[in-house]
Amino acid sequence: MEDAFVFTVLTANATVRVATPLILCAMAGLFSERAGIIDIGLEGKMLGAAFISASVAAVTGSVWLALGAGIALAICLALLHGFACITHNGNHVVSGVAINIMVSGLTVVLGIAWFQRGGQTPSVGPDARFMPITLPFADVLRDVPLLGTLYSGFLSGHNLLVYIAFSAVFATWWVVYRTRFGLRLRAVGENPQAVDTAGISVAWLRYRAVLIGGLLTGIAGTYLAIAQNAGFVQNMSAGQGYIALAAMIFGKWRPVPALGACLMFGLLDAVAIRLQGVVVPGIGEIPVQLIQALPYILTVVLLAGFIGKAVAPKAIGVPYVKEA
Amino acid sequence: MPAASLPRWIDTGVIPVLNIALALIVSGLIIAAIGEDPFAAMAVMVKGALGYQEGIGYTLYYATNFTFAGLAVAIAFHAGLFNIGGEGQAYIGGLGVGLVMLALDSALPMVLLLPLGLLASAIFGAAWAAVPAYLQACRGSHIVITTIMFNFIAAALMVYLMVNVLIQPGQMSPQSREFDVSGHLPFVHEALAWIGVSFARSPLNVSIVWAAVCCLGLGAYIWRTRWGYELRTVGHNERAAVYAGVNPRRVIVITMCISGGLAGFVGMNEVMGVHHRLLLDFTAGYGFTGIAVSLMGRNHPIGVVLASLLFGVLYQGGAELAFEVPGITRELVVTIQGLVILFSGALAYMTAPWVARIYYAVKPRPEPAVSAA
Repeated sequence: MEDAFVFTVLTANATVRVATPLILCAMAGLFSERAGIIDIGLEGKMLGAAFISASVAAVTGSVWLALGAGIALAICLALLHGFACITHNGNHVVSGVAINIMVSGLTVVLGIAWFQRGGQTPSVGPDARFMPITLPFADVLRDVPLLGTLYSGFLSGHNLLVYIAFSAVFATWWVVYRTRFGLRLRAVGENPQAVDTAGISVAWLRYRAVLIGGLLTGIAGTYLAIAQNAGFVQNMSAGQGYIALAAMIFGKWRPVPALGACLMFGLLDAVAIRLQGVVVPGIGEIPVQLIQALPYILTVVLLAGFIGKAVAPKAIGVPYVKEA
Repeated sequence: MPAASLPRWIDTGVIPVLNIALALIVSGLIIAAIGEDPFAAMAVMVKGALGYQEGIGYTLYYATNFTFAGLAVAIAFHAGLFNIGGEGQAYIGGLGVGLVMLALDSALPMVLLLPLGLLASAIFGAAWAAVPAYLQACRGSHIVITTIMFNFIAAALMVYLMVNVLIQPGQMSPQSREFDVSGHLPFVHEALAWIGVSFARSPLNVSIVWAAVCCLGLGAYIWRTRWGYELRTVGHNERAAVYAGVNPRRVIVITMCISGGLAGFVGMNEVMGVHHRLLLDFTAGYGFTGIAVSLMGRNHPIGVVLASLLFGVLYQGGAELAFEVPGITRELVVTIQGLVILFSGALAYMTAPWVARIYYAVKPRPEPAVSAA
């Protein structure tokens, strides 16, 4: 019994570690897409932020400068996306794809030019990383059965960015559903004409949405580079931006269900490694690749409308051209 | 759109060239920023891509892949669809060729294997595109998202098949056995040797002939058949197409199948033409390059060929550049590709108002016709 409980706590911790960047990116995508801007570029923004934060951490040794640089770069890329989609009415998907491809190349080109390590950044020590935080009394309560283990083993001992990611979900929920800005944000994604008629700038609202997206993907990239790992390696985001996009769609563009989807996808990833070679009675051995592909398969099934209907914001991807 | 009021030669000639120039200028700035000389780099690239026979062979081999991938994206664009799944369709198309060759290469001669391989790559690629197409047409699922998902599913499927099923027994790396010689597409240097012309060895194979056929066929299909007319009608205005008696669902599925089949030919070029075995990651991002190629070529077969040649030069020249200059890697080409998509795609009309201003400063604006609304 105790073993099973400890195993559960370990798996839960692994899930949280994997899910953190997904959660941040899913919330970023949510702000953007609720405002009507398709955000394929989550992957690129996260990867760019990971590279810059790892570089700054390696050079300066400061986690805060690294976090700031990661966020700044992701915001620049978000502004580029906004410039193309909002100002120039460009195709949202094309712009996102451009950012992803450009960043995947540029991070390696600059990495080699700056550090001469084949595209990696030098690995950084504990001082230049976000390290696990022990919550108050965690050591004292460790021996208390169940609740103590839960507190000291699961709630305590993550790094700051993990706590930020989970807070971001509730902040997102509050902003989107409980503030005037959130109401307008949702409106501009559904019916920009109405928002414009009310005398509110469609472009400025959408720019603010993509900026928030930049902020969150910047944190996600920093997490990848100097919290989960100790440096940047080529293409380290490895499709997580797309999984986050899938999770956001899976959560039907709502913060709390999107969090649930991120945790589910994180759990799948955490158990995929453990299930390698395990024979399930009656089914046989489950291929690891199947579990890894499951988030994508489930998203397609959901989009096909076989498990509930995922309806995107109505004006998504449509450039708003003011009538002359 | 401001460009609509500009003459055709500016819209299809000056603005695309301007956009590519912008992408190349930014690329040059990046090269300068990492401390290399952009002009010297460009010279190395052009020389490496076009300066000798082997280089030309590689350039054309890359261009073959980009033509298939670019045409795949282009035809989908004409129907208003964004097929971002060329990478997965090429992967599965290659799987189709590989399975046919592994099954039949010892039984049949080249003359029969060639059409079979062609057919298998097209059918497998088309099948992989058909599912997202059906979901878009009949269930309203956004094709961009589903094709992205299918890229990842294809990658997982291929890893599973190569590691567990198709791996050559007694071997560590996940590769199938090599096909018999009857399952190899002839290389161009071999084909030229038959008629007595000597040409340096390169991966360039007879797929390039098929790529040319596809260009002509696709141009005829889009602009010279009623199916092409229906396709363009759906792309312009789906509701109007319905009133004109077109069934958009059918058009979407057929178009995506053609698109997936074209992407599948990338798999044929790689598996049957170059590697002669099934292996992992042979698509190497060519499917994504197809997006850049199509946007750069304005979704027209001739434009796609020109853009493919340019990207062939970039890829081969980029490899040469990475070899010659230690501070530069092949990923520079990926960066340039991203910039081309940005300037030729997302920011395609950024320069139009400036061009229009200059044009009308030189030539006074004509009086609008009375009937113009």
